[in-house]
Amino acid sequence: VDMALSNVLELPASGFNFENSARNAVLEDVLGDGKTKTPKPMKTGTTIAGVVYKDGVVLGADTRATSSEVVADKMCAKIHYIAPNIYCCGAGTAADTEKTTDLLSSNLTIFSMNSSRNPRVIMAVSILQDMLFRYHGQIGAFLILGGVDFTGSHLYSVGPYGSVNEVPYLAMGSGDHAAMGILEDGFKPRLELDEAKTLVCSAIHAGIMSDLGSGSNVDLCVITRQGVDYIRPYQESEFKDQRQGRYKYKPGTTPILRENVEPVEVEVMQETVQKMDTA
Amino acid sequence: MQNTRGLRSQLKDSVPVTGLCPQAGTYGVPDTLRRGFSSVKNELLPSHPLELSEKNFRLNQDKMNFSTLRNIQGLHAPLKLQMEYRAARQIQRLPFLQSSNLALDTLRGSDDTIGFEDVLNDPELSEMMGDPHVMVEYKLGVL
Repeated sequence: VDMALSNVLELPASGFNFENSARNAVLEDVLGDGKTKTPKPMKTGTTIAGVVYKDGVVLGADTRATSSEVVADKMCAKIHYIAPNIYCCGAGTAADTEKTTDLLSSNLTIFSMNSSRNPRVIMAVSILQDMLFRYHGQIGAFLILGGVDFTGSHLYSVGPYGSVNEVPYLAMGSGDHAAMGILEDGFKPRLELDEAKTLVCSAIHAGIMSDLGSGSNVDLCVITRQGVDYIRPYQESEFKDQRQGRYKYKPGTTPILRENVEPVEVEVMQETVQKMDTA
Repeated sequence: MQNTRGLRSQLKDSVPVTGLCPQAGTYGVPDTLRRGFSSVKNELLPSHPLELSEKNFRLNQDKMNFSTLRNIQGLHAPLKLQMEYRAARQIQRLPFLQSSNLALDTLRGSDDTIGFEDVLNDPELSEMMGDPHVMVEYKLGVL
């Protein structure tokens, strides 16, 4: 059997492949209107928030990931590592935030290795902005970047189209209205660490209570000049259910009644040898 | 006049000319045998909003950068750079093998950045393999 295809004339290009988009458009037309729904990507309908306090930045996030109406992950980690001094909360399509923050982290690591310096938060923001603008919002990543570098503590929000905001307190995701209410009420400049943690936690809690897409626990991440404290979970959900029993069965639970071994006889029917054309 | 340049320099610089004939083979006519039936609807609009912009992304970025460079430093700057790019682009293995493009990457500065083109659809892991003879013939333009 000849494995090489004669219609492949060039090596395929790397990167995004748009071959299936025509097929998908046709499928949407044929299957749409309630007959069959195409599978929706997993989104982190989310509440994420961040606050700049006296010594650094506090980032917070809930831990629920939804796939339309179903909770896909009850303990998902939405605060991603970017650099030793920079962490990023991600809302939107889960895979997009994950991959984008991974790429960002890799690029900044290479930069650190080249220059033996910790990256600045503004570098992360610039890279993200360029990357997301290039794809015109098709990459659904709503990110809150927080970090401490030698210029101080910074908190940025980056939208999927590449828009950037630098503010002292932020909330994003589907539960951002509820969280923003708490933040607007409770924020003041130069908060203490405990006040900042309580404020972010109540903001995320408000999002969890008021938004269907957010839920489960609250994760916090405190970034200071000295280091990072990733508290997961900071506050556990009070609606955790108790498992009623164990679902794993011991080996030997199903008794073997009878065993019968029959060897399968394989007979060679036909053998052909095809010479490869090496002319 | 006899063409005294080596065979390598005759390799087809495959920059597809859009707008003429998307399924073109030799002589510019639709090549049904190798590219299948052509449909006007498919070729009229790209099915994905990003398809065109992604295909031409590097070209457009280079164009923009070179024109800025020309305005700042004069014509010699983009001219010399493009000459170097052209030379580096010719350092390739045979068409069906993966080339490292190390010189080209270093010139572009993409040897210390990671993008989606390094992560997705790595040609080394491609499921389809081209016939070496056909690929070399296509590259040489004698297909």
